[in-house]
Amino acid sequence: MKRLGPGLILALVAGFAFLYLPILALIAYSFNASRLVTVWGGFSTHWYGALMRNEPLLDAAWLSLRLACVSATLATVLGTLAALALARHGRFRGRTLFSGMVLAPLVMPEVITGLSLLLLFVAAEIERGFWTVTIAHATFSLGFACIVIQARLVGFDRSLEEAAQDLGATPLMTFWTVTLPLIWPAVAAAWMLALTLSLDDLVIASFTTGPGATTLPMRLYSAVRLGVSPEINAACTLMIGAVAVAVIAASLLLKRERMAGADK
Amino acid sequence: MSATSRQRLGWLVPLIPYLWLLAFFLVPFAIVLRMAFSHADTALPPYAPHFAGFAAIGEFLAALDLDNLRLLADDALYWQSYLYSLRIAGLTTLLALAIGYPLAYAMASAPKSWRGALLVLVILPFWTSFLIRVYAWIGILRPDGLLDAALMGLGLTREPLRLMNTEAAVLIGMVYSYLPFMVLPLFAELEKLDRSLLEAAADLGARPWTAFLTVTLPLSIPGVLAGCALVFIPAVGEFVIPDLLGGPDTIMIGKALWTEFFSNRDWPLASAVAVVLLVLLVLPLVLLQRARLARGGAA
Repeated sequence: MKRLGPGLILALVAGFAFLYLPILALIAYSFNASRLVTVWGGFSTHWYGALMRNEPLLDAAWLSLRLACVSATLATVLGTLAALALARHGRFRGRTLFSGMVLAPLVMPEVITGLSLLLLFVAAEIERGFWTVTIAHATFSLGFACIVIQARLVGFDRSLEEAAQDLGATPLMTFWTVTLPLIWPAVAAAWMLALTLSLDDLVIASFTTGPGATTLPMRLYSAVRLGVSPEINAACTLMIGAVAVAVIAASLLLKRERMAGADK
Repeated sequence: MSATSRQRLGWLVPLIPYLWLLAFFLVPFAIVLRMAFSHADTALPPYAPHFAGFAAIGEFLAALDLDNLRLLADDALYWQSYLYSLRIAGLTTLLALAIGYPLAYAMASAPKSWRGALLVLVILPFWTSFLIRVYAWIGILRPDGLLDAALMGLGLTREPLRLMNTEAAVLIGMVYSYLPFMVLPLFAELEKLDRSLLEAAADLGARPWTAFLTVTLPLSIPGVLAGCALVFIPAVGEFVIPDLLGGPDTIMIGKALWTEFFSNRDWPLASAVAVVLLVLLVLPLVLLQRARLARGGAA
């Protein structure tokens, strides 16, 4: 392998500086004692204390977390079924429409998904709140979950499933004892992705929510519109920290699994 | 368990997600289409006629109300916001390509042991909320923000740049948020590129730059197209980033829909905007698909 030339090192440094400097600045100013963004008033954790007393923000965070867990689980179950249908059921009636509906939310603008679901909930006279947002999030994450799981299903040895069935296992038993253990990393990745999509969504939630179900992105959006405050920097820093720990842990786990696989 | 009942149970696998998608994707979409051809009413919910199913196709066609589409075509505001969305999305795509390509190329050329870590570093910001990323830029770009303080502190500029609430601010925020979508497909394409081709080109006397233009660049076109599509499509419908970083004049089409819906409470007009926006998005996708098929046919 050749060593990197100066031009390529510059591209790497500039690219990552662009990606990370804004985030680093945001984190640094969450520890600023002064309220002013340009004035460094010394190191302080004052804003984290203020954050812990901000009841509406904490409530929204707790709601978003619960909502994301439920909708990610729904999306993963439905996405696994959809992936199995597309990878294992061959040509069933309406397959083209089905794969179209699975993939469409991937390119659909959020405003349209949000608008259409809200019109449905209004037409069906369903009271809006936690569950309508959960359904909306599960629906638009389903396609992402399906793609991740389908990629794994396509790449594995089907003769294992056939062997289990030849030995008398029912399709359900085959799924639990053979298929699922083999595809679980993809299922876990799909769940993580759906969780992130739900936690990140502002637009669809704004359309489909009702009174009493304000999610964290909705709270953050209205706070950000009002202007910059170190308290929001503190909230963002905590979220970045949680994400960084989760992503690094996940990639280390994956690496270990891959190494274990290579040792066999 | 008999073979037939197994077969019957197996059908539940496609059926459950199928029904879910019919109920929560196709039916809502049909409602939007129907709504786009209705007219606004002051009743609650604010539209008429109330959705009552597609009773008869003749009745449906007779009841079609084209006023919304006519209004969209006549009102300069909507044309401008459509064109503005396309312009912002196009510029975002070009800038993301200009920044993303060298980055992806450098990542793909890096030693193999680095690549995994570099990839994680590119994806990491994507896992954080986009609101956080936009908020970070507000702190930098706003009047008396970090950028102006740094530039004036270094003596590079005498006056504040006043970037906040300009198109430049919108573009910075958009490129920043969508960059990973550009880098990932490019990196995937460039990494699997056969390096021996470049060595062959060098052996035959090609300068590195010539080798890049005649070998690497043509081979990475599928990655370029995929990256551009992944950035352009969501960028057209985006409105939160322009709303936060742009001024009151930056009206993206997504923002127009949002305003029609929440502020003006004109649901039919909002639905009409949604339908036109979708047509606008499907068109480049179809063109891209045709270009890909044509390439496949030529190869």
